[in-house]
Amino acid sequence: MDRPTRAGKGILIEGLTKRYGKGDTAVDALKGVDMRVAPGEVVGLIGPSGSGKSTLLKCLGAVIDPTAGRMTLGEECIFDNGWKVRDLRALRRDRIGFVFQAPYLIPFLDVTDNVALLPMLAGVPNAAARARAQELLSALDISHRAAAMPAQLSGGEQQRVAIARGLVNRPPVILADEPTAPLDSVRAMAVVRILNDMAAQFQTAIIVVTHDEKIIPTFKRIYHIRDGVTHEEAGEGRLVRESA
Amino acid sequence: MISLAGRDILHGWGKFVFTGVGLGLLIGVTLVMAGVYRGMVDDGKALLDNSGADLWVVQRDTLGPYAESSSVHDDLYRSLLGQRGVAGAANITYLTMQVRKGSEDVRAMVVGIAAGRPGATPGWPPYLVAGRQITRGHYEAVADVASGLRLGERVGIRRNQYTVVGLTRRMVSSAGDPMVFIPLKDAQEAQFLKDNDAILQGRRRTAANPALNRPGVPGLLDAVLASQSTNPYVNAVLLTLAPGHAPDEVAESIRRWQRLTVYTRAQMEGILVGKLIATSARQIGMFLVILAVVSAAIVAFIIYTLTMDKIREIAVLKLIGTRNRTIAAMILQQAVALGLIGFVVGKIAATWSAPFFPKYVLLVPADTVAGFAAVMAICVLASLVSIRLALRVDPAEAIGG
Repeated sequence: MDRPTRAGKGILIEGLTKRYGKGDTAVDALKGVDMRVAPGEVVGLIGPSGSGKSTLLKCLGAVIDPTAGRMTLGEECIFDNGWKVRDLRALRRDRIGFVFQAPYLIPFLDVTDNVALLPMLAGVPNAAARARAQELLSALDISHRAAAMPAQLSGGEQQRVAIARGLVNRPPVILADEPTAPLDSVRAMAVVRILNDMAAQFQTAIIVVTHDEKIIPTFKRIYHIRDGVTHEEAGEGRLVRESA
Repeated sequence: MISLAGRDILHGWGKFVFTGVGLGLLIGVTLVMAGVYRGMVDDGKALLDNSGADLWVVQRDTLGPYAESSSVHDDLYRSLLGQRGVAGAANITYLTMQVRKGSEDVRAMVVGIAAGRPGATPGWPPYLVAGRQITRGHYEAVADVASGLRLGERVGIRRNQYTVVGLTRRMVSSAGDPMVFIPLKDAQEAQFLKDNDAILQGRRRTAANPALNRPGVPGLLDAVLASQSTNPYVNAVLLTLAPGHAPDEVAESIRRWQRLTVYTRAQMEGILVGKLIATSARQIGMFLVILAVVSAAIVAFIIYTLTMDKIREIAVLKLIGTRNRTIAAMILQQAVALGLIGFVVGKIAATWSAPFFPKYVLLVPADTVAGFAAVMAICVLASLVSIRLALRVDPAEAIGG
């Protein structure tokens, strides 16, 4: 199959399906999902358990292969009806940032190296990688904890470090899976504000999977997913208006 | 790129070092076991070296005098001195027994040495660390310091008391027992001397034998009794060779003309190492194999546990694009680091504890190098299970769902 031509920036998903199993036991987790997230935009992905959120996130994260459809991250098509980019590991490292429900920081690396690890893995010299990490930590207002170990940080601080790690390679896309779940409302709103600021500053397209009622009103656009199908609706975008 | 393994070790250094010390003690035991074997071989070689002999003449068809009992007449050395190439010949007896030191017993090898002088007469202790050599024909002894005897101390061998006049070092039997040198005549008596009751019973039996107590042959009974109360045998004759004569040629000549068994230095070493301590060597070899397997199992278990503790971190590392070889290297480096800590601790423990063992423990550099290579190989092999586990971790586990 020929390599598809490059599409626009951001995230573009067209007719994505994912089927688990075969024959009578086959389950369609995604049934033709369509999504579009522009660079600099933060959208919410909401749905009940078993609706297909995690499957969609894994497909977008290049962790599992979709069955059919088309996915474009940044300027590059990564999947097109069976065709996929060859080096998924490099794709995840360079073009996708991950922020998890729990920060999952590497416990034996300090804050700076937790963030600098990604550019180091990409071959950036240690000093340059650490400089880039310091820059992001300053932007996220946590540079004063740069030498601390993850266990010495509060939950909110850990999540900010995780966001810095997700952003450090300047990926065009960030996938955030319940990033505010373990946080109280003040810290949760702070994290959402940071995500919006970073999206605006680095022109990153961000998808936030969440159940958190506190932050749902902050999205300008929301995708509801149910039974493997997404529906788009306009959000209140309250936080963005406040910060604008 | 930073060293993930190094950072992980530094982060949990207490757990790592504690585990390494435990493994190190096991490695230390392994090194000591190898040292015990080397010590046995070295004791055997020291026994041969210290005898100063080039050839050992023993009873025909025996592996004497160390591996089997051997008995040859004590006048045999005279005819051996007439053999071409023989420079010196000396009788010798070996008797492993408990000697009395005050109220205690000491396991020792009593060596009967012929009159002569050290360096010229084979069998004599070649050097002393204190005192002097034996100068009298009876009741003087030179003892190895490992016996615990001191200068001037009295030591009981059979019914006689001997004064320790000299001390030597590293003069031990192949079993590691310290040697006590006494004059040959005393040693011959000690080997065959019976108690008074047994001597009286023997004389009575001889006198009751009409063939040995004939009224018409005066003096026969006395002659028979005299022959029964002396011991004209020794265990071996040690020979030194004149310069320019090959041991094998001289040995072959003696075998042919004297109808005796003769061993060269190389053959005697083969008997000691190949036969006398072969069973012990196999025993130690079995222990070494078991210890190696146990060490491998422990390292594998520790590394597996350390890896299991990091499954979530490994999933995150894979999700953010870490190469498999980076993760494998992290686990491998940790296994090797654990082995390094263990080996250093083990080497220190073995070196420190070796002098406290009752038998000679010889730690040779070759064993240290071989041990290090074995530990590294074991650690690498033990890490393979954990590496396989880590490489099978699905990066999707970091996302959950």
